[in-house]
Amino acid sequence: MDSTGTTASTPTTGTGTGTGTVKRGLADMMKGGVIMDVVTAEQAKIAEDAGAVAVMALERVPADIRAQGGVSRMSDPDMIDSIISSVSIPVMAKARIGHFVEAQVLQELGVDYVDESEVLSPADYLHHIDKHRFTVPFVCGATNLGEALRRITEGAAMIRSKGEAGTGDVSEATKHIRTINAQIRELSAKSEDELYLAAKDLQAPYELVKEVAENGELPVVLFVAGGVATPADAAMMMQLGADGVFVGSGIFKSGNPAERAAAIVRATTFYDDPSVIAEVSRGLGEAMVGINVADLPAPHRLAERGW
Amino acid sequence: MTGAPAPSTAAEGPALRIGVLALQGDVREHERALATLGATTVRVRRPADLFGLDALVLPGGESSVIDKLSRAFGLREPLRAAIVAGLPVYGTCAGMILLAERLEDAIAGQQTFGGLDITVRRNAFGRQQESFEAMLLLPALGDEPVAATFIRAPEVVLAGPDVEVLARLEDGRIVAVRQGNLLATAFHPEVSGERRFHRLLLESAAVRRADGTAGTS
Repeated sequence: MDSTGTTASTPTTGTGTGTGTVKRGLADMMKGGVIMDVVTAEQAKIAEDAGAVAVMALERVPADIRAQGGVSRMSDPDMIDSIISSVSIPVMAKARIGHFVEAQVLQELGVDYVDESEVLSPADYLHHIDKHRFTVPFVCGATNLGEALRRITEGAAMIRSKGEAGTGDVSEATKHIRTINAQIRELSAKSEDELYLAAKDLQAPYELVKEVAENGELPVVLFVAGGVATPADAAMMMQLGADGVFVGSGIFKSGNPAERAAAIVRATTFYDDPSVIAEVSRGLGEAMVGINVADLPAPHRLAERGW
Repeated sequence: MTGAPAPSTAAEGPALRIGVLALQGDVREHERALATLGATTVRVRRPADLFGLDALVLPGGESSVIDKLSRAFGLREPLRAAIVAGLPVYGTCAGMILLAERLEDAIAGQQTFGGLDITVRRNAFGRQQESFEAMLLLPALGDEPVAATFIRAPEVVLAGPDVEVLARLEDGRIVAVRQGNLLATAFHPEVSGERRFHRLLLESAAVRRADGTAGTS
């Protein structure tokens, strides 16, 4: 192997998988990147070639789940296998809220991240999955700081604001990232003795609330999801303080997925440079048609799932 | 650049100016590590950002994404030129991949910046569930072991004659190397609070500045 062998060393102690650092670390490595929903191996390949940092394998993108209705569940293992074997970037997959057996199956299949997702039909209207029990890391959705902190307490290693998936309407995503960041700023402005009440109001553990107040940020990576459909949407989320973006239906429900995917990747990196965003926004063809969230009757709002 | 001097980095003159390639990845963790050591950091996304740097960090991230973006925005060639000109560079994980002359398991068309005479295999330890933490003994950094975090990490499968192997795992796999002003680790000191690798980089940067070979500033 090496022909010098100058210095060599061996590990002493502490080898371990599934530690908090390892789980949160993978999300750290995805920062500044775009995670794309894909439903086939071909789409996964397109996403990888366009510069996705990871793909989310699922059976139907949220726009189709919305259109077709019915109960939406974890994807077929065959489909997840085919996506895992088609790309070299990390593969995520969704389990229903509270459905710890779907999560066990996804871990068994070797996915790199499990998304305990409100986009699927919830399996438990009281409990989320106890994510500490798993080696695989979890990402969970949140609409506000309290929800994010409860998910982190349960073991989530990454948070994504929920937005309203499958709409192509970014307004809810905007609301959620603004809410979470505003609540963090409010916490940071509080005196230490005010944090007890804040913890009560947020319905989150005091120690975690205190940590967020001191650091002025979540202890895990915060991505934005739900309604991002254009390069400008992605850049706006980054300017609002997101660490990265999920794009669901926005890519493969558009006229030119490969180009749009690459454009969103570039706009995410150069989120503060309007000249780049303008350039990559040219000639992308049809964006996904979209639904205004305001037109959605309350029972069809996915962001309200999860507690 | 073996036998680095005492860590009196930037004892004189303005703080060392260290770039962090900021196309994608754990940029912030590297910025914090460098800031705690007293360096000024600069995010590098365009060729002009390379101007006046004393050293550069290639962060962890998705190597295929960083490669694509570096080419799309004309950064690859000036960055290669800077490496050839002797700019001290430290790469972690994806950064190690980007510094490798040769790749195994690259995606179609994937390129690297090169500079290190090594062959690197991507995702050498398997998927995320095989990602792990380990304590490494690393004589070049002193007696205290290194808390090393491996995340879908690469390994060096072949190191050329001029490459100094800084660390191996128990099974002999090479996970940290140095060649001239280039330093690379398969693991992430920036997420585990380990600062000695960044200090090594700053030492190289300080020597280079003292030699008057640093880029125009």
